[in-house]
Amino acid sequence: MDALGAKVIRKTRLVTAVSEIFRNGLIYGGGALVLIHCHNATRTVWIDCCDDGPGIEDMALALSDGYTSGSGLGRGLGGAKRLADAFEVLSEPGIGTQVRLAGRA
Amino acid sequence: MPVRYIHVILDNERELLLKAWGSTQAEEGLIRRDLFTEREARTQTEMLYDALSKGVKASVETDLLDPDAECWDDMRAALADVTRERTKRGVSTAEMAAFVLALKYPLFERLRTTVDDSNGKVLIDAVNQFTRLIDSVSLYTTELCISERDKTIRRQQEEMMELASPVVELWDRIVAVPLVGTLDSMRAQEVMENTLSAIVDKKADIVIIDITGVLTVDTQVAQHLIRTAAAVRLMGAEAIISGISPRIAQTMVQLGVDTGEIRTRSSLRMALADAFRQLDTDVISRIAK
Amino acid sequence: MVDEIMLVAIDENINDSDIVALQDRLAEEVHANNAQGIVIDISALEIVDTFVGRIIAQLAGIGVLMDAPTYLVGMRPAVAMTLVELGMTLPAVKTARNLQHAVTRLRASR
Ligand SMILES: Nc1ncnc2c1ncn2[C@@H]1O[C@H](COP(=O)(O)OP(=O)(O)O)[C@@H](O)[C@H]1O
Ligand SMILES: [Mg+2]
Repeated sequence: MDALGAKVIRKTRLVTAVSEIFRNGLIYGGGALVLIHCHNATRTVWIDCCDDGPGIEDMALALSDGYTSGSGLGRGLGGAKRLADAFEVLSEPGIGTQVRLAGRA
Repeated sequence: MPVRYIHVILDNERELLLKAWGSTQAEEGLIRRDLFTEREARTQTEMLYDALSKGVKASVETDLLDPDAECWDDMRAALADVTRERTKRGVSTAEMAAFVLALKYPLFERLRTTVDDSNGKVLIDAVNQFTRLIDSVSLYTTELCISERDKTIRRQQEEMMELASPVVELWDRIVAVPLVGTLDSMRAQEVMENTLSAIVDKKADIVIIDITGVLTVDTQVAQHLIRTAAAVRLMGAEAIISGISPRIAQTMVQLGVDTGEIRTRSSLRMALADAFRQLDTDVISRIAK
Repeated sequence: MVDEIMLVAIDENINDSDIVALQDRLAEEVHANNAQGIVIDISALEIVDTFVGRIIAQLAGIGVLMDAPTYLVGMRPAVAMTLVELGMTLPAVKTARNLQHAVTRLRASR
């Protein structure tokens, strides 16, 4: 994002969102793989975070602020969605979870 | 075959066609002597004509006037120059498109007299192709006009945004953010950014957000104000929201907005008095003798 | 330690286990040094997510429980905006603009 000349606030928002998602991948997904793709034409950074953990049974519940199945604050998933410029979760119980998010510079 | 005819006509009858293009422009009131000298208008017309002619010449091989092909790059560049120059002086988008279209009829006239009658198909093909070409050229100039205008609008929006959310230093460690007009989410974001950086830059302990000039406060606006106040507090300063009119107070209560911890004052004056008190600053007014 | 006030400056490169370890150490240090106040400086942090945010809130909670009023200072504008967006406004944590500001407030409250 530095290369795209992003403002500090845009960078902070995206990195924080990724931090939330990656942490979930580690804690709940048992380890996660992160892919970063920088799309220069649209000045957008795309990030994919995948894990092969248990997946999310109830997506609406997981996204709602305050819900946690562990000992978190339950604000990570919903918060990351608000912080990112694009956000999508694909999850299949028993297979894993993939979160894709994007931030414009 | 058809393209060859157009090429020959454009090549051989340059003077005549330029003149005819000029007179069609004149008939349609597109000359705009008020904006351009005759010489300037002629130079522009010639420039476009020659670029067009060059493109047609390059298309003879393929016998197809494909406006997207590479050989039209020069034409696009010439058109961009002319369009920019003309719109800068106040020529409208429609006039600019008509300016280009005005070449069609003189050229068709020449085609009719050049291609003999037995060759109806060639004539129709030529007319078709040339129409497609000129139409797309005129569409292109329209696009150029619009994108120029979009650029202007975007620049003005940015300027307005900055104008509309200034942060003023009222006193040592006290800044005010007077909000005027409507507060959409883009502006709210801008206001929050400006406010927070002012806490750092101006070493402000108190930020007065004055909403006297805000037209309506709906749930979203109220939410923005509350969030801004929360962020101000996280940075170690304090926000006071001032200028809450009776009507706005009523709406906020009706909307069930929880202003919770935020300090609110009815006027900027009250807020400032409050801030002075908090920072132990005395302002003494003396009556001039 | 200055004047019975303990300064905790969080390093830019702090990792999750460091910050959890800090939590364990804080109570002991406060006790050992008889600290009357704590200032947590996070000016080095460019990113604070809900995990780190919660730990900061807990650090302050520990301070308060041990009767050492705790101030959080130096939060960057972008961090403040992001935390608010995450819904973490840290209502129970006292804040100040910088160390000096916090020390002034701590002294005034004594
Ligand atoms: N990658 C994941 N795999 C499985 N479950 C997940 C994953 N990410 C989030 N979840 C579920 O969604 C819930 C909410 O996540 P989040 O909002 O980040 O809160 P927290 O991390 O505080 O629990 C988690 O408690 C967990 O049940
Ligand atoms: Mg989480």
